[in-house]
Amino acid sequence: MFSRDTWNEIFDTIRKNKLRTFLSGFTVALGILIFIILFGFGNGLKNQFNEFFSDDSTNIIFLYPGKTSKPYKGFKSDRFIEFKNDDLSDIEENFSEFLEYVTPRISRGGNVKYKNESNNYSTRGVAPSHMFAERTIIMKGRYINEKDIEEKSKVIVIGRLVEKDLFKGTDPLGAYVDIAGSAFKVVGVFQDEGGDNEERSIYMPFTTRQLIERNNDLIDMMVVAFKPEIGYAGAMAFQKSLVDFLKNKKNIHPRDTNAMFVRNVADQYKQNQQFATILQIIIAFISIGTLIAGIIGISNIMVFVVKERTKELGIRKALGATPKQVISTILFESIFITTISGFVGLIIGIAVLNFTGEALKEFFIKNPYVDMGVSVAATIVLIIFGGIAGYVPAKRAANIKPIVALRDE
Amino acid sequence: MIHIKDLHKSYKMGKNSLHVLKGINFNVEAGELVAIMGSSGSGKSTLLNILGMLDEADEGSYELDGVPIENLNETKAAQYRNKFLGFIFQSFNLINYKSALENVALPLYYQGVGRKERADKALMYLEQVGLKEWATHLPSELSGGQKQRVAIARAMAAEPKVLLADEPTGALDSKTSYEVMDLIQKINDQGNTILVVTHEPDIAEMCKRVVVLKDGVILEDKKVNQVRADQYVQ
Repeated sequence: MFSRDTWNEIFDTIRKNKLRTFLSGFTVALGILIFIILFGFGNGLKNQFNEFFSDDSTNIIFLYPGKTSKPYKGFKSDRFIEFKNDDLSDIEENFSEFLEYVTPRISRGGNVKYKNESNNYSTRGVAPSHMFAERTIIMKGRYINEKDIEEKSKVIVIGRLVEKDLFKGTDPLGAYVDIAGSAFKVVGVFQDEGGDNEERSIYMPFTTRQLIERNNDLIDMMVVAFKPEIGYAGAMAFQKSLVDFLKNKKNIHPRDTNAMFVRNVADQYKQNQQFATILQIIIAFISIGTLIAGIIGISNIMVFVVKERTKELGIRKALGATPKQVISTILFESIFITTISGFVGLIIGIAVLNFTGEALKEFFIKNPYVDMGVSVAATIVLIIFGGIAGYVPAKRAANIKPIVALRDE
Repeated sequence: MIHIKDLHKSYKMGKNSLHVLKGINFNVEAGELVAIMGSSGSGKSTLLNILGMLDEADEGSYELDGVPIENLNETKAAQYRNKFLGFIFQSFNLINYKSALENVALPLYYQGVGRKERADKALMYLEQVGLKEWATHLPSELSGGQKQRVAIARAMAAEPKVLLADEPTGALDSKTSYEVMDLIQKINDQGNTILVVTHEPDIAEMCKRVVVLKDGVILEDKKVNQVRADQYVQ
């Protein structure tokens, strides 16, 4: 059945019926091409989406102070709440079994000068563990450490773009920059996946910031990281007991929702993941739709091809072709064409995705790619359905009496 | 060569059944050239279809070269057709995207003959019908008479026991018809058995025996003095 002669006969037919071959091949190649490009762009969309939301750690609760809206225990309403250094140590003491770390953050703006360059950057007074909360990546030097906190050292870690703006390629480590009138020594340079704004900020020890501001012990906000193994439900429970603890400590009415604000990344992360999953389902739906359209296309063409060849098949049968030979001629021809063109479409599709690369980042498509297994599977599905689509009409044609087929002028 | 006994065939048309062949008894010896004549509806095409294993009889027996032809499935029929029969059609039925040579070689392909031998044999038969120079031409580049000669070469290529020609001259003018008949006569002279279905009396005269069918029965079966076609050629 697979003799060289059979293949010669098939190649001969393919070679001498170029339009037909082109049409069926084109349908398959286009189907696979569109499938791969859609799927790749879909993945790119998802990648971009994940990047937006994976900047920070996911086991984080942000706590912001607010203003009371209810009087409580003799305190009037409209009282401003402040977080202080002892809040940090109290949290560490009372929640040690859930807690991974806690860090303050004191955000300020400020004019930063180095030699002739100056610009406004946001500065953040933080503790060393803040590095994990923001997923800060150190490129040069080091991050703020415990010694800096204790000694209230005037050291800073600058963002990649700050380095680019101020230092113009010279080595920033060990250099002194002027921030609102005091000199700070640069000890490190960082980068952050969170984008340009993140990379235009400057970190310093929070104790140094407090020293500058008349040696107070106020902190703007707290970033509390829980142990990831406590899970989503554990995180929610932890958040509640943490808020209850702070409300109690600061004499806030238990049902006062304005005194403190909580942002739980785990909660957000969960919603985002759900959104990403829905996105993926939509993409899969569209891709499968494209594939089905391809299958219908190739089926139509195969029905037409067999119809067109009815007379030829009748002649072949009159000359002694068995039904099996008739079917295998058509089947192998269609499988051969769909296989070749399917893989042509596959290669073009992957080439297009590679070529696109980061060019469509503006349109929220980042690093579009298709899993090789998925694309090969899609191609094989199309080949199989192309085969079935050829087999059904071929079988019917093979069973037509030659005299009927020949009468068909 | 062909032995037919009490052959019946009817077609169901809704509730009515149309009795087309009403008991045909008919023998053909090796080397005969038989014309089957009759007006349309006489059953001659049905008879040829049954002889060509394109259709099956309801009743009666059919023996071809000592082999009883019965209970055929499509595969078996295809094998018998390939082995025993060569077809010549009114509309030539060449495959239009294959050259003359490839058309002639096709039955040999289905016999499982190797590529080289196929080409040699096909060329030999093309030479016999005088079209060796046209071997690489497509059917669309040939005249009607040439196409029919290619079709005859193709029918001959499988070296069948019997050649069945269904109105072989029906689509040709009379000059070309005589050329084709001349060829058929010459093939017959070599000892091949040929059955020709025709409704043209002058074509029938060129055979050695004429069988006239009417309303599903044989009206007349007579030997004739063969008129040679070569006297009309050139």
